[in-house]
Amino acid sequence: MTASVEGATLAAAFLEGTIRTATPLLFAASGELIIERAGLMNIGLEGVILGGAFGAFLGATHGGTAFGYSTAVLSGVLVMLLFAACTLGLGADQIITGTALTLFALGTTGTLYRALYGGGGAAVSISTSAAVAIPVLSRVPVLGTALFAQPVMTYFAYMLIPALWWWFMRTHAGLALRAIGERPVAALAAGVPVRGYRLAATLVAGALGGVAGGVLVLAQAGTFVENMSAGRGFIAIAIVVLGRWHPLGVALATLLFSATTSLQYLAQAMGVNLPYQLVLALPYVLTLAALAGIGGRVVPPAALARVD
Amino acid sequence: MSARRSQRLPEPVLRALFVLGSVAFGIPLLLAALGFDAGPAMIALWRGSFGSYDAITSGTLVRATPVMLTGLSVAIAFRAGVFNIGAEGQFLAGAAAVTSLSMLPVLGASYASSPVALVAGAIAGGAWAAIAALLRARFRVLEVISTILLNFIALYLVGYLVRGPLQEPLHIYPQSKTIAVAARLSRLLPSSRLHAGFLIAVAAALAAWWILKFTAAGFRLRAVGANADASRSAGMIDVSRTTTQAFVVSGALAGLAGAIELTGVTFALYENISPGYGYTGIAVALLARLDPLGVIASSLVFGGLEAGATAMQRDAGVPSVVVSVIEAIIVLGLIVAWPQARRMSIRRGQQLPTSEPAET
Repeated sequence: MTASVEGATLAAAFLEGTIRTATPLLFAASGELIIERAGLMNIGLEGVILGGAFGAFLGATHGGTAFGYSTAVLSGVLVMLLFAACTLGLGADQIITGTALTLFALGTTGTLYRALYGGGGAAVSISTSAAVAIPVLSRVPVLGTALFAQPVMTYFAYMLIPALWWWFMRTHAGLALRAIGERPVAALAAGVPVRGYRLAATLVAGALGGVAGGVLVLAQAGTFVENMSAGRGFIAIAIVVLGRWHPLGVALATLLFSATTSLQYLAQAMGVNLPYQLVLALPYVLTLAALAGIGGRVVPPAALARVD
Repeated sequence: MSARRSQRLPEPVLRALFVLGSVAFGIPLLLAALGFDAGPAMIALWRGSFGSYDAITSGTLVRATPVMLTGLSVAIAFRAGVFNIGAEGQFLAGAAAVTSLSMLPVLGASYASSPVALVAGAIAGGAWAAIAALLRARFRVLEVISTILLNFIALYLVGYLVRGPLQEPLHIYPQSKTIAVAARLSRLLPSSRLHAGFLIAVAAALAAWWILKFTAAGFRLRAVGANADASRSAGMIDVSRTTTQAFVVSGALAGLAGAIELTGVTFALYENISPGYGYTGIAVALLARLDPLGVIASSLVFGGLEAGATAMQRDAGVPSVVVSVIEAIIVLGLIVAWPQARRMSIRRGQQLPTSEPAET
């Protein structure tokens, strides 16, 4: 009896941790999915998340959580405007631009934080958004509290994937975007405004990356820490690959990456002596294996990361 | 009149002026805008980088060594049209291999250890890159993606090693035992941290320059990078073989950087052994316009900036990350100002045959 109760608590903690880790990743990966299906590769996603996190912190200290999210979106969009200006405007290489953007965001947010909030003292903290329990669903044993007693943004994340799937697969705009990612020249010949779509995809990716940063600050950490994105931008890029550039695949891949992180926390908390670095490395190895064609061919959008 | 004269300035001079301008005006402006006291910060930056014998030899040159090699690694790869952004992981592979080697009973403490270690580091870095090279050649996997993944796998592996098999004997800190004194690279100058690795890096840059410019292998590499389709059509160059070789050599250089950093500076392995040397290498290579000789100069710029930034944080209370902003501005400025830096991936677009459309 007690064993099963303990098991249920552990399972709930594991699920809750998975969902918590997954929320920002899902936003960031969705943005990367959109931009990559448009044939652009944004290696600077890490910088976008970082920009969003700092924007959220700045906004929330002045105008509360909701304002924090809007400044997070704005910051993400601003970073990606820079990306758009360099790649779409000047025809600069996407990989180099992305690398520079991450450096830029890391330096700018780190310096600004020290300038505005000082370096030595205790971290400035803001209240995180409270969990909102969904009436009936949150009462379901184990699953209920883990899945349906989360901050509001998590529910948005749940809705994001079906919405994306519908948009990609069932709308003309979604079809046009996919066409641009495969054969931009053909799409252009068919009358699709390629540059317009790519600009829009870039900005949406910025907004979603900004939200990801916002979630980190406003729903989880409650403060800003230098380089707090901690590689999530790169994880999101891996997620898009493992998810085979498909919304449902991205959702599953996000869960896989998040579950390993959650498992590792749980194991550490329980004092299980697990070589957790190896567990954390596993999803990356899986992604590599998937790229190599183990478990079916993985084909990126044909025009990905090319200049044309 | 002056405009015409400036047009006649040789291009490297323009680039040097641009970098100098970004540093001399960009940093004070940025700091002033953020409310820091720019004057003392700039003095600290200068004192920490080029202001004294000690700053130059123990600071700038020591910091320039790893990024000279990772910059070279990136330059070689990019010249061949290979987007290796995995120098970070290859660096770690090299450092980890050397650490493992130094734990061996007899060899680890002998004077033979250090040259063996450098070779081992280069092999490990090359092997780590070979995974991505193979995936590219066999399965047409974009190396941008695979090398990012491999960077993370390398980081986690090092994390595992320094808490597991390679952890120091007391099992307290997540780092390896320090390597034997005999296994360390020799110091070059009295009362300075400058080590033999700096000379190795310079020699590597000279060798890379010579190979690219005067050998058949170098010609093949440049031809494939400049136009893979034409090289393939010409029929005398095995494109896939050339890119794979360049990729592995690129990895070996980054691995060598890791081996040198470990045997010359840190003497022990730990997770944060590279504060992003692999990524800085990209900026170094771009500033050098992928020219190996240019890499020597541009690594001194970045080495100086990073050594100076440490002093700036210590003496003037200015966060050292401000240097990342300047590095990013230099890279973005280069992209904007020089068309070649802009259109690096045209080549790679031509190189990979168009794959079939993704299933939906």
